[in-house]
Amino acid sequence: VTTTLTSPRTARPEAPPSRPRRRPPLRRTPLYVVVGVLLVIEIYPLVWVLLASLKTQDEILSDTFWELPATPGLDNYVSAFTTGNLDRYVLNSVLTVFPALLLTLALGTAAAFALEVMSWKRRGAVLLLFLAGIMVPLQMILLPLFNIYYRAGLTGTLWPLVITYTASGLPLAVFMIATYFRGVPRELFEAAIMDGASIYRMFWSVGVPLVRNAIFTVGLVQFFFLWNDLLIALTFTNSAELRTIQVGLLDFTGQYGAVQYGPTFAAISVNVFGTLAIYLFLNDRVQKGLAAGSVKG
Amino acid sequence: VNTVLGDRRAIVTLVGPALLVYTLVTLVPIVWSVGYTVTEGNVIRGFTFAGTDNFATFFTDPAAGAAVRFTVVYAVVVTVLQVLLGYLLALLYVFFLRRASTFVRTIVFFPVVLPTVAVALLFQRMVQVTPVAGPVNATLQFFGVPATDLLGQSGTAFCVLVAMDVWRSMGFYAVLLYAGLVDIPDDILEAARLDGAGGWSLVRTIVLPLSLPVLLSSVIFSINGTLKVFDSAVALTAGGPGGSTTPMTLYMFQTAFTYGDYGYGSTIAFMLTVMCLLVTVVIFRSTRRDLTRSPDR
Repeated sequence: VTTTLTSPRTARPEAPPSRPRRRPPLRRTPLYVVVGVLLVIEIYPLVWVLLASLKTQDEILSDTFWELPATPGLDNYVSAFTTGNLDRYVLNSVLTVFPALLLTLALGTAAAFALEVMSWKRRGAVLLLFLAGIMVPLQMILLPLFNIYYRAGLTGTLWPLVITYTASGLPLAVFMIATYFRGVPRELFEAAIMDGASIYRMFWSVGVPLVRNAIFTVGLVQFFFLWNDLLIALTFTNSAELRTIQVGLLDFTGQYGAVQYGPTFAAISVNVFGTLAIYLFLNDRVQKGLAAGSVKG
Repeated sequence: VNTVLGDRRAIVTLVGPALLVYTLVTLVPIVWSVGYTVTEGNVIRGFTFAGTDNFATFFTDPAAGAAVRFTVVYAVVVTVLQVLLGYLLALLYVFFLRRASTFVRTIVFFPVVLPTVAVALLFQRMVQVTPVAGPVNATLQFFGVPATDLLGQSGTAFCVLVAMDVWRSMGFYAVLLYAGLVDIPDDILEAARLDGAGGWSLVRTIVLPLSLPVLLSSVIFSINGTLKVFDSAVALTAGGPGGSTTPMTLYMFQTAFTYGDYGYGSTIAFMLTVMCLLVTVVIFRSTRRDLTRSPDR
């Protein structure tokens, strides 16, 4: 694993150092055109789907693609949530993603603290064991897990998703938070011990606050992995009531037959602009975090 | 100090829960899955010993061969495109947009966080022919090209899939490579400029060799990610038309859950894991010499 790249220091996109301009302004124009085209390519599809979601069925069936909705309305959104069961899917995603996220962060932070701050013989080996989990494709664990959940009688509930999500995030959480603990001066912990703090108190009052930012970043990155997950959700949801937002959306067109385009556009928009809102508020952190977590592949 | 930091009970309490969950939900299933490769059957039917039959089948099964070919071609094409475009974008950020690059970087990055299922449905609508031509086909028609169902033919379906994934991920690789470019010391670039290097020759002789390590990491991440492609193929083409865009992950999923053969499914997953590890080792080994040499040039 290439730790040099993934350490939080190097993965941070700093403001670029200013470099003296050499080229005459006219030669720069073609590159500005490239940047313009680039922005259109990135933004246009989202504008298009948003506009389409505000159209009526008639408009969608007859308009050429650049036409704007005559009377923009939210009917498609209402029908996506009421008859399309989008509310159920969003609820299932929330009920599985957030508990798993909390568990991953709690278990991962505690393990990272013990592995990086405390001193014991086998900690190097255990850290490597966690790292190995990042490299192995999820496909390797799905079938045995299906067997385990089936035998444990968990099939038909949301538990398989919560458990698998929790475990799938652990290697990355342990790895990234341990990297941050490595950067904390040991004197801080030694001073706390001199003051008579117990190990648990030190973990909670000194360790956790010091890596608060790291925990938040890992949580953010892991949120996107889990919220956008299709493979795990598709494997362990065997009924319509258990579908997460991604599985539900995959089958969305099927709900209406091939006729109702509007609610589908609305459902896509909800899914896209929900994540986009989070990204726009925290884009810098998301970029740094995902770059640091790129070992996951 | 060492008695507190070496407290065995505290170590077990802190690292134990994470290690337990990780072992039960990841490590044990990995070993179990390898065990499945020599069996035939599933959870409902039960398992029977099959020796090396599954591996023999894998190497003669035309569908498995097609899946491997598709996976490799897809991984190579997408990796080349997304790392190349990502590198060009990173150069654009560092040498052209400079301080103004934050906005462009944020916009080009954001498709990374969007759910793949939503993006795939969006692209389906973008290239649709019915009920009305989507933006892509409408543009083609404008230039006199007859509207075609791009997802209905294997060649064009592959192109749409590649275009979609490059659209999604080039901004990510741009940020990753940008972090590497920003780390190049200014005085080296200044010295080269004074020696008369400018524009492309500066990039070729100074920037490229110095950013080789981060380029290499990007290629490894990209290959590892693209060999495991699942979401985009499932949501955009469902593996079609005629199975022509079915990656190994999807073939494994179908084998296990549609045809109920866990043994063969695990074999495919195992081969995929081996491929990922092999590629990483081979790329790492083959470029190591260049890495140690490049800084001296």
